[in-house]
This record gives sequence, structure tokens and C-alpha cells, in this order.
Amino acid sequence: MPERPLSPYLSVYKFKYTLVTSILNRLAGLVLSLGFVLLAYWLVALAGGARTYAQARALLALGIFKIVYALMLAAFAYHLIAGLRHLIWDTGRGLDRRSSRRSAWWVAALSIIATLALAYLLLRPGAYAQ
Amino acid sequence: MSLRAPLGRVLGHGSAKEGVQHWWLQRLTSIALVPLGIGFVASLLTLPALDYATLVAWLHQGSTALGLVLFVLVAARHSQLGVRVVIEDYVHGGGLKALSLVIVEFAHVLLAAAAIFAILKIALGGRL
Repeated sequence: MPERPLSPYLSVYKFKYTLVTSILNRLAGLVLSLGFVLLAYWLVALAGGARTYAQARALLALGIFKIVYALMLAAFAYHLIAGLRHLIWDTGRGLDRRSSRRSAWWVAALSIIATLALAYLLLRPGAYAQ
Repeated sequence: MSLRAPLGRVLGHGSAKEGVQHWWLQRLTSIALVPLGIGFVASLLTLPALDYATLVAWLHQGSTALGLVLFVLVAARHSQLGVRVVIEDYVHGGGLKALSLVIVEFAHVLLAAAAIFAILKIALGGRL
């Protein structure tokens, strides 16, 4: 095979909002894929009975998983909202430069708000994550 | 420029009709995941606690079990399609790329099957 230019070739692109929104969507998707492994583990442990679940719960309560859950919350919010932007694009709307720049800001703002709202719901007084 | 006829160049390379299948399935699963994902997170957030008894009672509700099975199925397919593209784009070298693709495809099927089996086992099992 002849050596051909590879795309996406991240290091040669100029760092712009188009690149950032796109690569963040991929990263968020990957984080959620890893979260899927945790979901499967959690469900299987639950099906294993009270004792197995208690062990899994102790493991999942370790400090390191707090970072994982925070990442998953942000990834869920971002991937959902950026994904909706992609679905709107698929109808052929909002593809011009002005609209896409504006929708990029909307995605950033809404996903930050959604992440904070989710974090509040989890950490509010009386919630189980306390 | 090649002197070969266009027909000669495409013959034997298969039909073009399935070219958009990956793209189409990624859109279908993403549309389905909007309500399924929001429903899953909302349902999880309304639980009073995450202890064994609460979760088993939660999964004994038909709507929870059905929603969760659908979520797991569709999310696994969506993730499989997405991670596959990431590997195709960023993992180079024939052997490593093929190996990662095989592992990722198998892992998704295994995880989805295990998760769905677990949900059904709890949902259809006896009450506490």
C-alpha cells in the first residue's frame, strides 16, 4: 500500500471550535462506552445477590470512581446535546459557518448547565450520593 | 488516469447499496437513545437509595426492566458503532487494528448479553 495522508490527523489541524466540539463528542462517547462496562458490572453484581452486590458497592464507592462518575455526568450531558446538534445537521439545517458557530456556543452552554444540574440532583441534601 | 472502463473497475467490489448502513444505524440508535438515556438517568435519580432491596424492587417493575433492556441493547449497539470508527481512525497497523476491532466487537456483545441476562434474572426472579 502506498503511504497516503491520514485523516483525521489531529496534529496538523488548526485548533478551532469546529475541531474542539467534534473531538469532545468522540471523547465523551468513549467515556460513556467505558461507563457501559461499569453499568454491566453493576447489573451483574446485583443479579448475583445481596452479598455480591455489597462487595461491588464497596468497590464502586472508592474515591477514584468519584472522578469517573463526574466524567460520566459531563460526558452524558455533552454527548446528548452535541448529538442533538448532529441530528439537526443531518436534516441539512444549520450547516453554514454562522449557524454552526452559534450552535457550538449553545452546545457548550447547555451541556455545562446540564452537567451542573445533574451534579446538583446527585449531591442535593437527602440524595443517595451524599 | 486509468484507461479501464468505469464498469470494469467496480465489478466484483460488491453492491454500493449498503454503504450508508453504518451511518444510518448510528443515527437510528442515537434518536432512540435520547428518550432511553434521559429516562434511565431520570429513573436512577429518583431512587431513594442504591441499596440491594431498593434496586431489586425497582427492577421488579415491568417498565424499569423493559426500559433498561432497551437502553442496554441500543446503547451497546451505538457504542459498538462509535468505538469501531475511533479504532478505524486512530489505531494504525493492520494487525493491531484488526485485533482491537475483534476485541471491541466481542466485548460489546458480551457486555450487552451479560447486562440483559442480569436485568431479566432480577426482574423475573422472586421478590425479596
